[in-house]
Amino acid sequence: MTTSTYFYTLDNGLTVHLKEIYTAPIISTWVWYHVGSRNEYPGITGISHWVEHMQFKGTDKFPAGALDREISRVGGLWNAMTYLDWTTYYDTLPAHLFEIGLASEADRMVNSLFDPKEVDLERNVVISEREGNENQPLFLLGEAIQAEAFTHHPYRHEVIGLMEDLQTITRDDLFNHYRQYYQPGNTVLAIAGDFEIKTMMDKIDFYYGSLPKGKSNSYQTNPEPWSEAEKQVTVSGPDPTSYVQIAYHAPKASDPDFFLLSVLDSVLTGPSSLNMFGSGSTSNKTSRLYRALVEGEISVSCVGSLQATLDPYLYSIYLTVHPEHTPEDVLQAVDQELDRVLNTPISQAEIDRAIKQARALFAYSSENITNQAFWLGYTEMFASYDWFEHYVDHLCQVTPEQLLAAARKYLAPQNRVVGFYLPEESQQ
Amino acid sequence: MNASILHHLDALPSAKNITRVVTANGITVLIRQNFNSPTLSIKGYVMSGSIFDPDDKLGLSYLTASGLMTGTTQRDFQSIYNEIESIGASMGFSSGTLTTSFSAHCLSEDLASILQLMADSLRNPVFPKKEFNRQKNQMLTALKIRSQDTSEMAALLFDEIIYAGHPYQRPDEGYEETIQAIKREDLAEFYQSHYGPRGMVIVIVGAVDPTAAVDAIKQALGDWENPHQAFMPEIPPATALLETIRKNHSIPGKSQVDLVMGGLAPDRYSPDYQTLRVGNNILGEFGMMGRIGQRVREESGLAYYAYSSLSISLGPGAWELIAGVNPKNLEQCIDLMTDEVRKFVSEPVTEDELADSKSYFLGRMPLLLESNSGVAISLLNIEHFNLGLDYFLHYPELVQAVTAEEILQASRKYLDPDRLAIAVSGP
Repeated sequence: MTTSTYFYTLDNGLTVHLKEIYTAPIISTWVWYHVGSRNEYPGITGISHWVEHMQFKGTDKFPAGALDREISRVGGLWNAMTYLDWTTYYDTLPAHLFEIGLASEADRMVNSLFDPKEVDLERNVVISEREGNENQPLFLLGEAIQAEAFTHHPYRHEVIGLMEDLQTITRDDLFNHYRQYYQPGNTVLAIAGDFEIKTMMDKIDFYYGSLPKGKSNSYQTNPEPWSEAEKQVTVSGPDPTSYVQIAYHAPKASDPDFFLLSVLDSVLTGPSSLNMFGSGSTSNKTSRLYRALVEGEISVSCVGSLQATLDPYLYSIYLTVHPEHTPEDVLQAVDQELDRVLNTPISQAEIDRAIKQARALFAYSSENITNQAFWLGYTEMFASYDWFEHYVDHLCQVTPEQLLAAARKYLAPQNRVVGFYLPEESQQ
Repeated sequence: MNASILHHLDALPSAKNITRVVTANGITVLIRQNFNSPTLSIKGYVMSGSIFDPDDKLGLSYLTASGLMTGTTQRDFQSIYNEIESIGASMGFSSGTLTTSFSAHCLSEDLASILQLMADSLRNPVFPKKEFNRQKNQMLTALKIRSQDTSEMAALLFDEIIYAGHPYQRPDEGYEETIQAIKREDLAEFYQSHYGPRGMVIVIVGAVDPTAAVDAIKQALGDWENPHQAFMPEIPPATALLETIRKNHSIPGKSQVDLVMGGLAPDRYSPDYQTLRVGNNILGEFGMMGRIGQRVREESGLAYYAYSSLSISLGPGAWELIAGVNPKNLEQCIDLMTDEVRKFVSEPVTEDELADSKSYFLGRMPLLLESNSGVAISLLNIEHFNLGLDYFLHYPELVQAVTAEEILQASRKYLDPDRLAIAVSGP
């Protein structure tokens, strides 16, 4: 496969990542803003996600619905996502029609209207989205765990935001948040697909070169202090099934320890797919916790989740409790397995296996152009593209001794929040 | 644009670049090579499904499919998954109503291992007692979770209304009491009488030489026989509703109500198929969920999701309008969606809507066919519905031929604002 990449920065601060790929006649364009729930505080939780919704509500040039029509009528795929550290907008279009995406993203970076009537309608839509989430027990449990795990860091709130804030955020709050973070210096434009780099650079200069630079905007957070004791949280609801979530404070993606925890994750619960966009995975039935918990019939499922974030976030283990067992049984069985990891070095064979798994997962994620463009920008939100390119190399350097030290540092009980979701009738 | 245009001329799957072979024992093999990434997508199905389940053991086909990889005469549960997971691959079987499908994803260097595992699971399963019990308990928990899921329960209720008295009324996963009734021996018997090579299809797309791939499949499955393999029963037609029927399923304590409403749809061989696809796209799919999304979400702010969906396969299909809303907005949402149905079957769609939608289907084609798994799914459909290997070459003509009047006439056959199935699940 012939590919060529080129990275550069415009005078106004816009970071540009380009990758030529000639495997299909399409181009995928992603605009990544360094803004997410990490940039929020009590009173405006959920605002980054709501701003993302408002970005579909029109500019003078592309009134509400016009862009949707333009992109959809050429068969384009487009959407947006907001997460802890970032908000991203993407479109994948037939190569000869891709320019509409480039033009519209430049336009809505600075010209979105935030019409008060649209703000009110969208308030109900976002509240409805939250209510849909509230129907899920694991959302309720996750929300409680985040609030317990972080005493002051903004990661203590779900991306969707608190209901009381969704009811009171104003049009001006939204517009100010937009103005503060939607500017070239806070943005990565990543494009992959069927184009020539030089031609693409001219087009980018045409659409983005004249956008005003704006104020510098690096949002600082204070690190969450290490917890000195295990925390516990219990939520209850109508579902008759009990769930356990065990969340450990994890290193940030740019910390070398992240690669160690990534191997521990593979060994304990099977490899997490680091691609938030989904591109293939492997099952986890030979992982240590699955064997002990699910094969041992103490839980009926066991899933791990490690995420690449800008600040230290959480490594979570999710377990659905077997009907003949209690959440306490599950926790005890998890702890027995963790004791092994905390006391006995992991074999080189298990490390090698984690490396092969990572190699396969990364190969899957380069199967299509949309995914390649995703990686081109995504990694800039918490590290750099280099992180992606050398991910497997980093895993190859991991030793059993390093893993033992990392397990003792990150998987110790005092570093975790244990959450139980219990059926309402079983509550004392 | 550039030199790459030359690479794209042969990009569409067609008879020119698909290898299709039928083995002596009845397996259809389709291979499409693509060396753009060192990976393979393998998909296929065997002709077994929940249509064969007895009423009192509904879920039997589902449990049998998921039991295939719990142990074989050659390998135990851990050996099977150790082989898969140690190479970062994925593989699984899943039962639907008419077929049991399988899917695998691996690095191309691991094709032989995956095919051996797949053949072993398909040909030599032993359904070990211990794994069966565990699997059954997992299934029972999954059904408990389903009973609290508003969208799943609304979908189930909708099927009960539109397919009343028809085999499609039954959920493939069964119910708690039918799963409780299933014994390990039932799986072994179901397997013996329903799994076999007749009608099986296997598709491989990715970095592989087609001849080598066909040879590998023949080696793994070419001598598989099952003289007891049952024949697929004929699927009866379903009867359209004579009046609107509404059913509610209460799940206390939830925040949101899920709503599914609509009616029947034709099967894949219907001359209305392409017409209805374009029609449904305009009704509740195009852009931000078509007319339904525009009315319910954009103009009224009632729901995060409100769209329509057309499920068309073999036998009677379903045309669903779906939304998740706050309970206090439910009646308004039903009224708005009913009103949209009334408009849709009263006047033809506009020329602009029609042109947009056709353009959408044609522009989306290269995106759908970009990934190995996308091509594999398309090839499976081509084979399953006998569409011909050059289907994609003719596809633009099929889309372009649809007219507004045809959409109106075809939609009237299936959607009637006064004869709707309405299923509601929530607090």
